Amino acid sequence: MNLLKRLLGVLWLLLSVAAAYFCIMDFGLPKLNSGKQDDLVFGIIILFILTPLIVSGLAIFGYFALNGEYDKNKM
Amino acid sequence: MVKTDTKGIWKVISASSMGTLIEWYDFYIFGSLAVVISTKFFPSDNPTAAFLSTLATFAAGFVVRPFGALFFGRLGDLIGRKYTFMATLLLMGGATFLIGCIPGYETIGFLAPLLVLILRLLQGLALGGEYGGAATYVAEHAPVHQRGYWTSWIQTTATAGLFVSLMVILITRSLLSEEAFDTWGWRVPFWISIIMVYVSYLIRKKMSESPEFAKAKAEGNTSKNPLKESFGHKYNLKFVLLALFGATMGQGVVWYTGQFYAMNFMKTVMNVESSQVDTLLGIALLLGTPFFVFFGWLSDKIGRKKIMMAGMLLAVLLYRPIYKTMYETVNVSNKTIIKTESYADLNAAKNISLATFYYDYEDGTRATKIVSTDLNKQNIAPETKSTSITVSPQNKWWLIFLVWIQVLFVTMVYGPIAAFLVELFPTRIRYTSMSLPYHVGNGIFGGLLPAISTYLVTNAKEKGNPEFYLEGLWYPIIVASLSLIIGLVYLDHKKRN
Repeated sequence: MNLLKRLLGVLWLLLSVAAAYFCIMDFGLPKLNSGKQDDLVFGIIILFILTPLIVSGLAIFGYFALNGEYDKNKM
Repeated sequence: MVKTDTKGIWKVISASSMGTLIEWYDFYIFGSLAVVISTKFFPSDNPTAAFLSTLATFAAGFVVRPFGALFFGRLGDLIGRKYTFMATLLLMGGATFLIGCIPGYETIGFLAPLLVLILRLLQGLALGGEYGGAATYVAEHAPVHQRGYWTSWIQTTATAGLFVSLMVILITRSLLSEEAFDTWGWRVPFWISIIMVYVSYLIRKKMSESPEFAKAKAEGNTSKNPLKESFGHKYNLKFVLLALFGATMGQGVVWYTGQFYAMNFMKTVMNVESSQVDTLLGIALLLGTPFFVFFGWLSDKIGRKKIMMAGMLLAVLLYRPIYKTMYETVNVSNKTIIKTESYADLNAAKNISLATFYYDYEDGTRATKIVSTDLNKQNIAPETKSTSITVSPQNKWWLIFLVWIQVLFVTMVYGPIAAFLVELFPTRIRYTSMSLPYHVGNGIFGGLLPAISTYLVTNAKEKGNPEFYLEGLWYPIIVASLSLIIGLVYLDHKKRN
């Protein structure tokens, strides 16, 4: 199980990059550039609140997992 | 271990739950009245745009919750649980009452939406501080092996708050004419809040501090800097992240899908009449609420993780079939019309004709369609202004059952979560540490669900996807799947306090 936890750490790191791309390119920027006031609010929330949280949170979580911080003896 | 008075715990539960219920009530009436509020405060000729505006404000109310969690969580770990969650109660009550007092956009212009936004943000901050305090306060009074059961009473308050808000709105609507409700009656649910908050404040004022916190304080074991200890130390930070990604993130989207997306979906995608949706949801919530306590109790017996993960798994697997069935149950294009009536009305000043069509279907469903035709313009097709469907009694109970199943998933993931979070962190930093992942998971991942899912549905509709109405579910399905995998692999059953 410890090995699986560490290996999945790589997946969380990659997922954080994918989430960054998806949140910025598919959600955030198109909304910011749409010119509509409602979209602007939505875009700002996605780009400046949701994206940093998901990306940094998943990246740190993945880093911890990869370094064995969630191994059984460290829990 | 601190000795707890089990007999007195009902008093603790009542005082905590009542205040938390009122805070949820305050928070939800804004969402439940979103459509009315959008017409009063958000200037727009396009009702959808106005509605999205309100959703954005709704999301803003959720987005600030983590900041409330940090601010009040820190305070709760420094000065105590009791005074902190009394402050959040007063802040919430005051903000809610004032929303009900703001003149509309037509009277004071842009100041109106600005004030609403500020008060909505204050509501979010207060709620961010309230939940962690109430859950911690109850858990610290409860016997260790019954924390799941006792804290599950706090868990019922979120659903009960929504239920009460729907009932207050329904009663207010039924007592007033449609015109009176639209003019001033929508303010009544906001005003009622101040009375409830005052009563709850008086009850909470008489309560004593939590025994675990009082003991820690007497021994000088409270934290000097809860924020630094919670998030600056690797050992605790890794549990904050695990709580977020392995539990609260998935729990948040399951919760908001079962309660809010189901409501939005029935109103805006299925076009079911608004008050009927409120009734359907109210019954499903009422029937589902006892299961919070059941799953909280069960989590004391078989563990929190199994129940929460099972709830997420069922949600991931069953959301699409459930929503497809809901949509098809009411979809009038599959039904046979047995009677049609129509009435026309002419607005002579604007030269616009308004026609109302009533369709009765063989299964008892009734649809009302209002079509407008601009007589000033040649060769312009009539425009459908609104469609409203009244579901037949037989289908009504079927819909209630389908919503109830979703509420059941909510009870599985949400019933044990307070005890789970409390047991993950030590007393000295518990309020701060548990509040943040809870409110990021619920406030941000869950709170943004209506806006993101509406966006996905609209996008799919514009692209001509025949199953556009199911596309909004991808967000909760993906987020809950991710949380399920992380929870299954990384969470263990240890209590760390």
